Amino acid sequence: MNNREKRILLGHGSGGRLSHELIRNIMLPAFANPALSELHDGARLDVGGTRLAFTTDSYVVKPRFFPGGNIGKLAVCGTVNDLAMCGAQAAYLSAGFILEEGLLLSELTLIVESMRQMAVAAGVTIVTGDTKVVEKGAVDGIYINTAGIGVLLPGVNIGAPGVKPGQDIIVSGYLGDHAVAVMSERHGLTLPAAIASDCAPLNQLVAAVLTAVPQVAMLRDPTRGGLATTLNEIAAEAGVGMILEENTLPVRPEVQAVCELLGFDPLYLANEGKVVFIVEKEYSGKVLTILRQNPLAAAARVIGSVTAQPAGQVALRTTVGGLRLLDMLSGEQLPRIC
Amino acid sequence: MLLTAEETARAARFFTDGITCLATRPVRLMEVCGTHTVAIFRAGIRQLLPAAVELVSGPGCPVCVTPNEYLDTAIAYSRRPGTIITTFGDMLRVPGSESSLMAEKACGADIRIVYSALDSLAIARDNPGQAVIFLAVGFETTAPTAAATILQADKQGLTNFFVLSAHKLVPPALKAILATPATKVDGFLLPGHTAAISGLEPYRFVAGQFGVPAVVTGFEALDILQGIYMLLQQLQQGQAELQNQYRRVVKTEGNPAARDILDQVYQPAGTGWRGFGEIAGSGLELTAAFRRFDAQAALPLTVAGSREPAGCRCGEVLRGLITPPACPCFGRHCTPEQPVGACMVSVEGACAAWYKYGQGRWSCE
Repeated sequence: MNNREKRILLGHGSGGRLSHELIRNIMLPAFANPALSELHDGARLDVGGTRLAFTTDSYVVKPRFFPGGNIGKLAVCGTVNDLAMCGAQAAYLSAGFILEEGLLLSELTLIVESMRQMAVAAGVTIVTGDTKVVEKGAVDGIYINTAGIGVLLPGVNIGAPGVKPGQDIIVSGYLGDHAVAVMSERHGLTLPAAIASDCAPLNQLVAAVLTAVPQVAMLRDPTRGGLATTLNEIAAEAGVGMILEENTLPVRPEVQAVCELLGFDPLYLANEGKVVFIVEKEYSGKVLTILRQNPLAAAARVIGSVTAQPAGQVALRTTVGGLRLLDMLSGEQLPRIC
Repeated sequence: MLLTAEETARAARFFTDGITCLATRPVRLMEVCGTHTVAIFRAGIRQLLPAAVELVSGPGCPVCVTPNEYLDTAIAYSRRPGTIITTFGDMLRVPGSESSLMAEKACGADIRIVYSALDSLAIARDNPGQAVIFLAVGFETTAPTAAATILQADKQGLTNFFVLSAHKLVPPALKAILATPATKVDGFLLPGHTAAISGLEPYRFVAGQFGVPAVVTGFEALDILQGIYMLLQQLQQGQAELQNQYRRVVKTEGNPAARDILDQVYQPAGTGWRGFGEIAGSGLELTAAFRRFDAQAALPLTVAGSREPAGCRCGEVLRGLITPPACPCFGRHCTPEQPVGACMVSVEGACAAWYKYGQGRWSCE
């Protein structure tokens, strides 16, 4: 066995720098085309004069059931949200299941029922699918792939070229809830009831904002890699800098406490029901008003602004007045020793 | 008591203004603890200090100071048939002489991340046919938990649970630094959480014997600013005392209950530190009554040929002799994605903190 040969590591799936290198070095050269090269949450396509968004995602979460959701809820919300982040209203979804021999049918039924409920809540229809069963041990219970197609909202043009210095950065609510809920279930930690996954379909929330403020320059849901990685991606794509104000970042004290216990940074933790908006300052108030009317975004706030320099980097102004780099996640976040 | 953002900012200004007034000559202060190093960078404290105040990191990151011999031994155990390695996540990516635990895991070794040493016991119970070896790494703070785990394993009659101990004690390393004139430290920010266990007594020699001011300090940004302020006050007044900034956690007598557990299971022994070599009395080995839990005693295994990576100057960083950017590897072929040395791997490593928080890389708004 040659242990020095490069192999896939868990960090390649973290959504951080290693994931980006994998996509840039292996996927993009093989599949290069203009729609893919945008590296958006989904591809924006023109099909017979209709502007569509198309996306796919696979869900391999462990454990399958966690406070506030399960893998099925995640599989529908995640794909609906990817379409929403392109500025599209989700219409149809596919669902592919890879099932492990021995999975309880009662579990599968619960998962599928969650998918049905979320599809109804999001106003989408699951119109095609696939089911495979593999030997025990080949997968961890159940993996789900969903793909989705939606229609881009008129007058909306979400993308890096619209991100300019002087714009505000808004986040729709508390950060890190999903990752902490999943980790606590995985590691048997008892948490206050307040911390549950924020997993939710965001399409109606996003549509309400975009209908009132089509000038929104950028949308992104800070899933894998968390807020810090998401903003780094946008800063790099748009060639701008960003400064966040630490004392405005919404993190629940309970989430902060768990993060301190386990050695995680909430700014790098996955969220499944949050969205980041980048918009000209003059529209910030309007966006916040609309967001705060929705229970999914009651804690929305401005957390910083886009700057000119240094291009491609994100910084944080700390509570004591220091300024430090907020880098992209460089590997998987791991528990620390002390 | 939680402070509001305005109160925090006001308190920070009070300390930074005070530090600026007191910094009438160049001083070199060492933050011994890796958690301090990270907190300093996370809060952007270095930027708030006048040029005369230099902060230098010390040997307080347990992963960083663990030498390659230990990693190579852990890797060799991970290749041993019928063996499960349990470890805190920090150790996974640290490169040994030839490989890392993460590379071994990707190749099929049974290496499991635990969040507490006690998690290893459940793994041992669930896998009676296999040897479960816990990588016991850390200072005075984590050693009592490992000791309590061994007491539990003893109580439960587990015969397949072992530890590979690399526990270390902070004071002997401080003594080694103070005995190195080249390091030139004018004052120490001492680790609050190790003092919470050991109490203040083991640290009195810093001021008493070597005449260097020292402040046991907490981990919030304001704690650290206050710790620096207290050191500068001492220097200004020509004093050398051991002071306790972290009184809300650190008692003079420490935590006797934790020390009792530690004393039952472990005894001081010489051990190797990256960058320092062997330091007498700085490690913890199992007492005779519990030696059957020592992996190296119970499952002997020979590892030879450990070596440090070429060009890596982690050892000098850990002794406070250089700052990370002075290492020719830093940021070139040693990055968090492709680390060469331990200080770039650990979340508490000085090189990782310099790199991650962008000292020198973020210069304007």
